[in-house]
Amino acid sequence: MRMSSATREAIEGYLYIAPWLVGFAVFAVGPMLASIYLSLTFYKIITPPDFVGLDNYIRMFQDDLFWKSLWNTVYYAAVFVPVSIAGSLCCALLLNQRILGRTIFRAIYFLPSITPIVATAFLWLWIFQPNVGLANYLLDLIGIEGPRWLDDIQWSKPSLIVISLWGAVGGGSMLIFLAGLQGIPIELYESAEIDGAGNQAKFWRITIPLLSPSMFFNLVLGLIGAMQMFTLAFVATSGAGQTRPAGGPAYSTLFYVLNLYNHAFDYWEMGYASALAWFFFLILVILTYWQLRLSRSWVYYEFDQGERW
Amino acid sequence: MVEPTLSAPQVPAARFGGVRLRQATRMIPTFLVVLVLAAAFGLPFLWAVLTSLKVPREIFIFPPTWLPEAPQWSNYIEVFRQAPLALFFWNSLKVTVLTGIGQILSASLVAYGFARFRFPGRNILFLVMLSTLMLPPQITIIPTFLLFKWLGWLDELRSLYIPPWFGGGAFAIFLFRQFFLTIPREFDEAAKIDGANSLWIFFRVLTPLSVPVFVTMGIFSFLGSWNDFFGPLIFLNTTEKFTLALGLTYFQRVVSLGGQATEHLMMAASIIMTLPCLLVFVLLQRYWIQGIVMSGIKG
Repeated sequence: MRMSSATREAIEGYLYIAPWLVGFAVFAVGPMLASIYLSLTFYKIITPPDFVGLDNYIRMFQDDLFWKSLWNTVYYAAVFVPVSIAGSLCCALLLNQRILGRTIFRAIYFLPSITPIVATAFLWLWIFQPNVGLANYLLDLIGIEGPRWLDDIQWSKPSLIVISLWGAVGGGSMLIFLAGLQGIPIELYESAEIDGAGNQAKFWRITIPLLSPSMFFNLVLGLIGAMQMFTLAFVATSGAGQTRPAGGPAYSTLFYVLNLYNHAFDYWEMGYASALAWFFFLILVILTYWQLRLSRSWVYYEFDQGERW
Repeated sequence: MVEPTLSAPQVPAARFGGVRLRQATRMIPTFLVVLVLAAAFGLPFLWAVLTSLKVPREIFIFPPTWLPEAPQWSNYIEVFRQAPLALFFWNSLKVTVLTGIGQILSASLVAYGFARFRFPGRNILFLVMLSTLMLPPQITIIPTFLLFKWLGWLDELRSLYIPPWFGGGAFAIFLFRQFFLTIPREFDEAAKIDGANSLWIFFRVLTPLSVPVFVTMGIFSFLGSWNDFFGPLIFLNTTEKFTLALGLTYFQRVVSLGGQATEHLMMAASIIMTLPCLLVFVLLQRYWIQGIVMSGIKG
């Protein structure tokens, strides 16, 4: 008996998405379920998991380092995300003007974002070298005694923010803003001018609302990315010539994922680390949901947006 | 903040010299700001390059000198003597190429399934697929680690390049699907009437029309695995297996010139790691930028 063409089509469709289905089951659903179970156990790899109920979660909320790492992460994200978005927007506005050598400038701005994070970390470790580094030399030139940057509890987080900004401001989000700017119809500005709108009004009433979808995109991705801060902090704080644990000095750069990593792969506390992972997942889901809810009140979509999924 | 003068680019250049001059003068402050920012972005890089060409004696002097007394290009050879950097480079290349092939092949085929076939549950599955975009690798890393341990994949490069063959990630699938949707179905239908099967249509009709998105995804895939640090850090153990990202931190621990400064070698090694990214950017800039913009607008 011959199959109907609809059945045939369905079977073919399933076959094409089969690699993803398998990957989804093996690398997403399976691990998610397994980590729920693990988070309820005491498990140090050498002996089988031992069910302990909610102990890991209770321990988590009583752990000072957990709160410290959460605070560090929130601090980092709360400063980095808004500044990087504002910075990217400013750069896009600047590079959208007709200036000499615009293409070259665009490439220079973009260069840091294509530098591998590990290389970026080493490059800045050298620039932030407290005694002979470029940063403190330049500050010295204008008569300021520079801080000890990554070695100073007060300055370690701001230092990492500066490094992240260097790598982010001129990168993808700037390009997305540039594309957004170029998509704004000129007629809007022209008719606003006829109505007597100044540059200020044009910026706040036309540019910003029409860029709000790009801004929302950059905000959602930026926040999720910032919460996951790991590689830069790990490399920049564990390697300044000495072998010292990542996250220092005095846990001032111990970010959430760094803390998770330490528990999982340094102390091999897989149960506790799974509880940390699950709580982290919960935070990200809430943050994203909250942003989606908020976005309704400030993101402006044009009516004819046919291609939205 | 520079006052945004957004209408400026669209104003046709005036014929009269005076107006044009006035316009040019008005751009001077903007240009200066652009220049200062360019210095902020470019200077650290320039500084790294200059440092990489110095001798140890020149590193720890204050105030620092900008130009090396005599450029030491040999530093770029010395780094390969200090650590098995060539091996790390080879490992990275292997992981990058195998990841790239697997990710692009599987993501495009899955996207083809989502874009061109009707099957029960398609829309729900697509939404589920998209929602995994929000699933950071840290959530699943522990069970995945245990799975790889059980499979005997730990400390093997395949722990890095095999998973991408299973769908290639939500972002890649999404990008391919969006592109495929822009190709008229009439092309498929015409080939079907000629008796072509769906695989033939994919490789002979859709793929040739989708070169830009394949190139873009190739760039993203390359960058992703070339720069990946988290995966190698967790799955690899032996020095001989290290990729360049992980190898660079190893290099930093072992590099030694008998107590002399080693920053110049550190910078040289970092630049060596950056060069392939730079090369890809220079060669494929157009696709790169299109890709970012495409993901940003359609996301």
